[in-house]
Amino acid sequence: MSANISAILYLVSGVLFILALRGLSSPETSRQGNLFGIVGMVIAVTVTFLSVGNFSSGFIYVLIFLAIGGSIGAFIAYRIPMTAMPELVAGFHSLVGLAAVFVAISAFINPAAFNLGTPGNIKLASLIEMAIGAAVGAITFSGSVIAFLKLQGIMSGAPITFKGQHLLNALLLILIVILTVYLCSTQSSNLFWILIAVSFLIGFLIIIPIGGADMPVVISMLNSYSGWAAAGIGFTLENTALIITGALVGSSGAILSYIMCKGMNRSFFNVILGGFGATDQTIGGQSKEQRPVKSGNADDAAFLMKNASSVIIVPGYGMAVAQAQHALREMVDTLKKNDIKVSYAIHPVAGRMPGHMNVLLAEANVPYDEVFELEEINNDFANADVAFVIGANDVTNPVAKTDPQSPIYGMPVLDVEKCKSVLFVKRSLSPGYAGIDNDLFYKENTLMLFADAKKMTEDITKNL
Amino acid sequence: MEIDPFIFRLSIFILSIFVGYYVVWSVTPSLHTPLMSVTNAISSVIIVGAIIAALSGSNGVVFSSSSIYGFLAIILAAVNIFGGFLVTQRMLAMYKKKKKDK
Repeated sequence: MSANISAILYLVSGVLFILALRGLSSPETSRQGNLFGIVGMVIAVTVTFLSVGNFSSGFIYVLIFLAIGGSIGAFIAYRIPMTAMPELVAGFHSLVGLAAVFVAISAFINPAAFNLGTPGNIKLASLIEMAIGAAVGAITFSGSVIAFLKLQGIMSGAPITFKGQHLLNALLLILIVILTVYLCSTQSSNLFWILIAVSFLIGFLIIIPIGGADMPVVISMLNSYSGWAAAGIGFTLENTALIITGALVGSSGAILSYIMCKGMNRSFFNVILGGFGATDQTIGGQSKEQRPVKSGNADDAAFLMKNASSVIIVPGYGMAVAQAQHALREMVDTLKKNDIKVSYAIHPVAGRMPGHMNVLLAEANVPYDEVFELEEINNDFANADVAFVIGANDVTNPVAKTDPQSPIYGMPVLDVEKCKSVLFVKRSLSPGYAGIDNDLFYKENTLMLFADAKKMTEDITKNL
Repeated sequence: MEIDPFIFRLSIFILSIFVGYYVVWSVTPSLHTPLMSVTNAISSVIIVGAIIAALSGSNGVVFSSSSIYGFLAIILAAVNIFGGFLVTQRMLAMYKKKKKDK
């Protein structure tokens, strides 16, 4: 196949990827968008086969390996529970990163296959692109592995910090630049391996100090990195599809990180440089006075809701942990039968990744037009009778509006306290991720329901 | 003077960042999780590099030191492509509108 025709076809597949993202602007067009993405991928792969034109025994192996990877992927996609989406996405990011590293290594060992020159005499521009692709890919890989381990609970979600951490990271970054410069002048393969090793180390070091609830930012950021890695390799391979996709994914991840940071009213650097972990200790030192709380049982909650005319549900990460989304939906069905208006309020950083709560509610068959974002629904709390907070905490804390001393001051929060009454399902009074007490617990109109989210929801349904 | 083809690729890259910027802002927040999984799937188009690398072996030699990395990358990218698109499909199928009569 002529190089021009394949270049045009790669462009077509790049455009199809743009349409795939465009489709996500509404749930109705999203499925079609996904189809565009699949077609784009099929075109890209087919064109590559045709332009390489090598259908010898190697081709059979390519198909075999493709089938092995494909069936693993398909198996995971069908078996994964929706609550595990953050882990899955983090895991997938690590694969993209590692694949980028492997392609870069292969191009370095055998540049002739990619028309980049001969070993030891690779074109300067290609070498720089290769080094960038490999470095970003390696950072994406090790960073995503740590994120995966933290989300999966294999590694503690608590931030791991040590003295001189930022200095060390900065030095390593400078080292990468120096290595790249030397690599370009010497073309030494040892330097290339060291460069990759140092990049793995950086990815590891920048993710360990970030705590569990900051994971939405981390996942978005790694999403962005995986895009830039792909773009770097795209430049090396002079492949338009890869360049376009890399840029799309890179900017997509960057925007999501921005939205997540805004949802927490924190700067990107604040999140990356170690999160709430550092402020935790100072707050923990303060003596906490005991304040009275009202606690109730499922019966009380059912009574309150039965007499309400509108209920707003505020789900959070705790709902995902307790797998309570189906029980919640059953409760809502019962409420609706009693002519009670129910809507859902989602905070941008609820859960462990962007849009996490929406997927869980969709899984439980909650229609998406009953689910609202913070700005859409925040004014409705004042008119609602009952707010049912299930598994959320910091995102409802009125302190963010009232106390400039608080670490979460300025963060947009759901105005839950404006409801006539608040039902707060929680295991205990322990503070949330930010390490601060939630004023909402002690309000006159708050009824605490101390129980497992799923069990409590089921009990309420029985009592309705 | 002839323009280096690199400049053309750079132009495509920069313009694509802008396209990405506007397209992603128009994605509804409730679909942010599928957005991540689909971007994951499409960034695995890196498989084109993996295929070239895997088929780079000279005549008769399928597994050379460079093509092995290509084959490994093919497995990784394939997991991602199939896993990414299928899980996105599975998620998107769950998003339903309210039934009118019930």
